[in-house]
Amino acid sequence: MTTTLTPEAQREMLRQMQIIRRFEERASDDYIAGKIYGVVHCYIGEEAVAVGVCAALNRDDQIISTHRGHGHCIAKGADLNRMMAELYGRETGYCKGKGGSMHIADFGIGMLGANGIVAGGISIVTGAGLAAQMEGKGRVAVSFFGDGASNAGPFHESINIASAWKLPMIYVCENNLWAASTAAATTLAQEDVAARAAGYGIPGVVVDGNDVLAVHEAALEAVARARAGEGPTLIECKTYRQRRHTERPGQVDYRTDDEIAAWMDRDPIPRLVEHLKGQQGQLTDAEWAAMDSEIMATIQSSVDFAEASPFPRPEAALEDVFAD
Amino acid sequence: MRTISYAAAGLEAIAEEMRRDDKVFHLSTDANRDLVDEFGEQRIRGTPIAEGALTGMGLGAAGSGFRPIVDWRMVTFSFVAMDQIVNQASKIHYMFGGQTKFPVTYRASVGGGTRLAAQHSQSPYSMFMNLAGLKMVLPSTPYDVKGLLKSLIRDDNPVISFESTRLMGMTGEVPDGEYTVPIGVADVKRQGSDVTVIALAWLVHEALAAAETLAAEGISVEVVDPRTLVPMDAETLRASARKTGRVVIADEAGPTAGASAEIAALLTEDPDTFAALKAPVRRVCALQVPIPYSPVLEDHVFPDREKIAEAVRDLAR
Ligand SMILES: Cc1ncc(C[n+]2csc(CCOP(=O)(O)OP(=O)(O)O)c2C)c(N)n1
Repeated sequence: MTTTLTPEAQREMLRQMQIIRRFEERASDDYIAGKIYGVVHCYIGEEAVAVGVCAALNRDDQIISTHRGHGHCIAKGADLNRMMAELYGRETGYCKGKGGSMHIADFGIGMLGANGIVAGGISIVTGAGLAAQMEGKGRVAVSFFGDGASNAGPFHESINIASAWKLPMIYVCENNLWAASTAAATTLAQEDVAARAAGYGIPGVVVDGNDVLAVHEAALEAVARARAGEGPTLIECKTYRQRRHTERPGQVDYRTDDEIAAWMDRDPIPRLVEHLKGQQGQLTDAEWAAMDSEIMATIQSSVDFAEASPFPRPEAALEDVFAD
Repeated sequence: MRTISYAAAGLEAIAEEMRRDDKVFHLSTDANRDLVDEFGEQRIRGTPIAEGALTGMGLGAAGSGFRPIVDWRMVTFSFVAMDQIVNQASKIHYMFGGQTKFPVTYRASVGGGTRLAAQHSQSPYSMFMNLAGLKMVLPSTPYDVKGLLKSLIRDDNPVISFESTRLMGMTGEVPDGEYTVPIGVADVKRQGSDVTVIALAWLVHEALAAAETLAAEGISVEVVDPRTLVPMDAETLRASARKTGRVVIADEAGPTAGASAEIAALLTEDPDTFAALKAPVRRVCALQVPIPYSPVLEDHVFPDREKIAEAVRDLAR
């Protein structure tokens, strides 16, 4: 792992990744316990992508997410209390309990929403990119999506337009090798999604998506290009979801133990920890333990906030259909 | 008779039709492994997430001698294929003057109650009913889902099997041997004399439960299940309405331009039925909002047996 980032900046990335992990571990437990409803898709194992990319963005840059959205929210700076309260279906949640895990958004920080439709966000965030270009203040927009989504129309249609119009866009494909129970190897026409960039005349970059520093480097370059008015970049992050497609018990999983084990060895969090420890002790075991327990306390207080929050009034179901 | 689930009955229909006719094949973003084991990856294809292309490819293969089944899985995912459904599939036979047949079957689960929020809790069948040129069903029992799906696969038109998410695990009797349920024939699920409840899918069971409660109160409820949405069996619905003179229509979808609105119109525009009505037709539907996530909100939005019973009591008064 190589970087020009300061140790502080790297430790902050580590902290962000660990927050995502601990948040989702708790969300999964509370989902199994029946306190969170519907469905929960965990990002665990892929944290380096959201954190590496979002660290290259400003607060007013915009991102859009997928059904696997907690990591993108947290990396963009979302409030953990309001996120947890949304999962708990409470009035104080980001969407007042209307959205749940698949639909958390914080428009105030440029997080345009998780999305239950595969590839559903790609054109929306390309519209945000168009707005950024028209506004001319140098903002950029980022689309996060999976390998599965890269086979859907909006990927191709949006990237073509973004390239033709030189929109300030970064398209980040999280290639975790699987779309639910379908192996990417059986659906992708070529192994690398990034190779498609050539067809649209834009740079296509493959990075180790479990190396947060490598992801960050690639993102910095793409963001600079977008801000300079040179148009979009497609970054393909090779990564892996450590858990099943969703947290629902009994979910089928056709992945082999060997494949899972090989990727567990490349877990992005221990990798960064080891890297920092190796570099003249830029992280000690004690510091890492202290960071983790501080994070655990933060997660616990988000749960306390959620549990102390009221459920919405039933009649609130009728509100927000239209803007007043 | 055997007892199997609604979901298993659907799979049986597909397997039986695939054994019966080697022109039947199956496209879905999630290939069912049992079907793959029996029929192989050529006929049970796991596909990229590209429902628009799959919907059009099903249509094209149908026009080229096959009888494809395209499983959209949730109706949610059919919406990325709207051009192929609305502009192509529903019009292709008519527009080209009936030159060739397009026997393609689309499948989609519908409904809510699963805490999956707005995008994954939809009952938009009336959007599809509004298109001329598509037949569609919405069965409420394992028996009906199997029999109707077999009829759909054998039909020579683009057809849609809407299947209720809430009923997937529900079990019911299904015969061992071959049978089909005809498209376009409603079913009286319970005989009664005071009030007719015309209910769709999951609400058939809610209506039957309400009918039990109401029987104890001395109100005799007839429960009618249209089973097919297009073509709708207006005559069976009207006959029941004429018999009881009081009608409640129960639908998990919102009321606006819904199947419930179509049924109400089919009843009241018929002079004999209109003359036999002793009270205005009542609808018990979801509130006209996207479906929210939080249980408190979602439960407030959907109709259920209590809301049906209340409407029936009101009418019977
Ligand atoms: C249009 C559409 N089709 C199908 C689905 C069902 N579905 C939900 S997630 C998923 C797999 C998505 O895979 P990918 O884009 O690679 O993202 P990942 O889950 O691996 O993060 C599918 C098929 C959907 N949500 N939307």
